[in-house]
Parts: sequence; structure tokens; C-alpha cells
Amino acid sequence: MAYILIFITAIFVNNIVLSQFLGICPFLGVSKKIDTALGMSAAVAFVLTLATVVTYLVQVYVLDPNGLGYLQTLAFILIIASLVQMVEIILKKVSPPLYQALGIFLPLITTNCAVLGVAILVIQNDMSLLESVVYAFSTALGFGLALTVFAGIREQLELVDVPKGMQGMAIVLVTAGLLSLAFMGFSGVDGGLKILFGLE
Amino acid sequence: MKNYLNIIKNGITTENPTFVLLLGMCPTLATTSSAINGMSMGLATTFVLLCSNFVISCIKSITPDKVRIPVFVAVIASFVTILQMLIKAYLPTIDASLGIFIPLIVVNCIILGRAEAFACKNDPLSSIFDGLGMGIGFTLALTLLGAVRELLGTGKIFDFTLYSDNYGMLLFVLAPGAFISLGYLIAIVNKLKK
Repeated sequence: MAYILIFITAIFVNNIVLSQFLGICPFLGVSKKIDTALGMSAAVAFVLTLATVVTYLVQVYVLDPNGLGYLQTLAFILIIASLVQMVEIILKKVSPPLYQALGIFLPLITTNCAVLGVAILVIQNDMSLLESVVYAFSTALGFGLALTVFAGIREQLELVDVPKGMQGMAIVLVTAGLLSLAFMGFSGVDGGLKILFGLE
Repeated sequence: MKNYLNIIKNGITTENPTFVLLLGMCPTLATTSSAINGMSMGLATTFVLLCSNFVISCIKSITPDKVRIPVFVAVIASFVTILQMLIKAYLPTIDASLGIFIPLIVVNCIILGRAEAFACKNDPLSSIFDGLGMGIGFTLALTLLGAVRELLGTGKIFDFTLYSDNYGMLLFVLAPGAFISLGYLIAIVNKLKK
């Protein structure tokens, strides 16, 4: 039950993009078309889950026992960067069609702060390994949901006559604000679920 | 000297990282719930930007081109770690309000962007000025956005009350207000540019 709670909270209530402001760059950058948005979401889901597992293991079995906690930021960012490179090389060899679909998004993910953010949040909140995996995967789904919905809205926005000053990023940001307002409607759902599952 | 002033001015106005280049959006939106939070985030980023620009400019000739990016990231991450420890030790209130966004300065695209676009092509002194200009531009933008959100949301600026917070629109302190205020500020800047 606790895992279902983590799942729903991470996707809807504390959506990574719209309420925690992580991963805004790809959210604004690759949301022009639904196809690219889906590709990016798949790539993020893959890397985010993998990176969280690896950084978690490194933190618990390498950094903590040796008293190297202060190297967290440095270690994590280098792990994520090399992991992305490795995934790229393996995908190219093992599954060319998948590489074709995700290839161009992979290098962009290194600078996606959602990946580093989740890796650090998991350690900060003292989650177990299984909880971290569930949390990372559902966070990525939440990212995908926000990105795809937003891409759908932006495709429609192309057809609209926007006032001159608001053209470009200005109207996009205001639209994102309205989407974030819609997601605020989910706040409180986590509290209700806790009572429903008898966790409180 | 005039050259250096131009570099600084470039960072504040012509190439303002927030309003013109639209870089580093995550900390911009996340840490500007009040003017003081925005300003501390801006200053923290300026510190890292200044140091990393200087070091990267110094080591640019001995860095092989192929491993350039990992080396730059390692330099930036080291300064972020130093900053993180300093803030934890001396400014615990700022540490509490900025939280996870201090380690996330590492992935702020402004810093790696300036390393790539400026520091690895110019001498150390101009790189310091570039970092300073970009940092001031970023800090001003964050402080402005924070001030607008704080004023509309709670009726205060830097905790100085202008009107009762009964009339404040809480929305602007919450997540949607960040997107909407930044959207309108960019629209105003676009208008002023013409």
C-alpha cells in the first residue's frame, strides 16, 4: 500500500515539473510536438530509474561507510554523466531501433536536473532501495505525463493568434502556470489515501 | 577597462541569462517565492560562476578537447560542494529555504554554458568579469521575480509590509504563480527591447 501511495503522490500530487520545478529545461524545450515529448519521456524514465539505483548503491556502499558524504554532488553528477554515455553506447549496439528513437534525447538528459534531483531527494528522505526505485519510476511517469499534456496544449497553441508581446516563451510560461494550477487540484489526495490505506 | 565594463553590461542586459537567454529556469522558478530567497540563490550561483569561469579559463590549454565537458563538470561540482559546506556552516536559514537547489547548481545550464561559450576561449581576467556580469544579471532577475511574487502574494517586499497580506494573492507564492509571473516579466522585457 505504501508503494501505491508513493506512486500516486509522485505522479499527481508532487509532480516533479509542475510543483517541484525540476526538469523545467526539457519541459519547455522539447514540448513542441507530442512525438518528441513521448520519446523524451521514455528516455527520462529509463535513465532516471537506472541512475537512482546506481547512485543509491554508491551512496550506501561506497560513500557512507568511508565517510565521504561530502563527495555526494561530485560523485552523483559524474555517475549520471557516464551512465548516460554508457546507455547510449549499449543501446546503439543492442537495439538500433530504440537508439534511433531515444538517441538524440540521451545527451540532453545529463543536464536534466530531475535526474540529479531525484537521486539526492531519495538519499535525503532515507528511502529503502525498493522505495527509491518506485519513487524514481513514478516521478519519471509524472514527468512524462506533464510533458505530453503540455505538448498537446502547445500544438493547439500554434493555431492561436497570440498578442505580439506575449509571443514565444512568455505565452508558453503562462500556459505552464495554468497547467500547474490544474495539477494543484490534486493536493490533499495523498492525505486522503493515507487515511484510506490506514497508514496514519 | 572599458572592455571589461562592456563584458559586465553584456551579462546584465543584452545577454541576460534569465530574460533573454532563458537559461537556468529550474532555480529561477523554484527559489523565487520571496525576494530574499531569489537574491540568495542568485548570489550563490554568482559565486560558483565566478570561480568556475576563472579556473576553467586557467586550465583550458592543458585540457584535452575530448574530455573537456567532464573536466568542466568536475570543476563546477567541486565549487558547488565548497559552497554547500559554507552555507550549511554559516547560513543555516538559507540552507533550509533553498534546500536541494544548492547542490543542483551543478546542473544549472548557465554555468556550463558560460564555460563553453566564454571561459574556454578567453583569458582568466575577462572570464572573471564575464562570470560577474552573468551572475549579477541572474541575481537581479531572480530578485525582481522574487519581489514581484512576494508583493503580489503577501503584500511585502524583503519582509517590509506595503499592504496587509489579507489582500495578497497566495497563488503567486505557490507554484503556478512562478510560471505566470515569469511569463509576464518576459513579455514586458520583450516589449522594452523593441
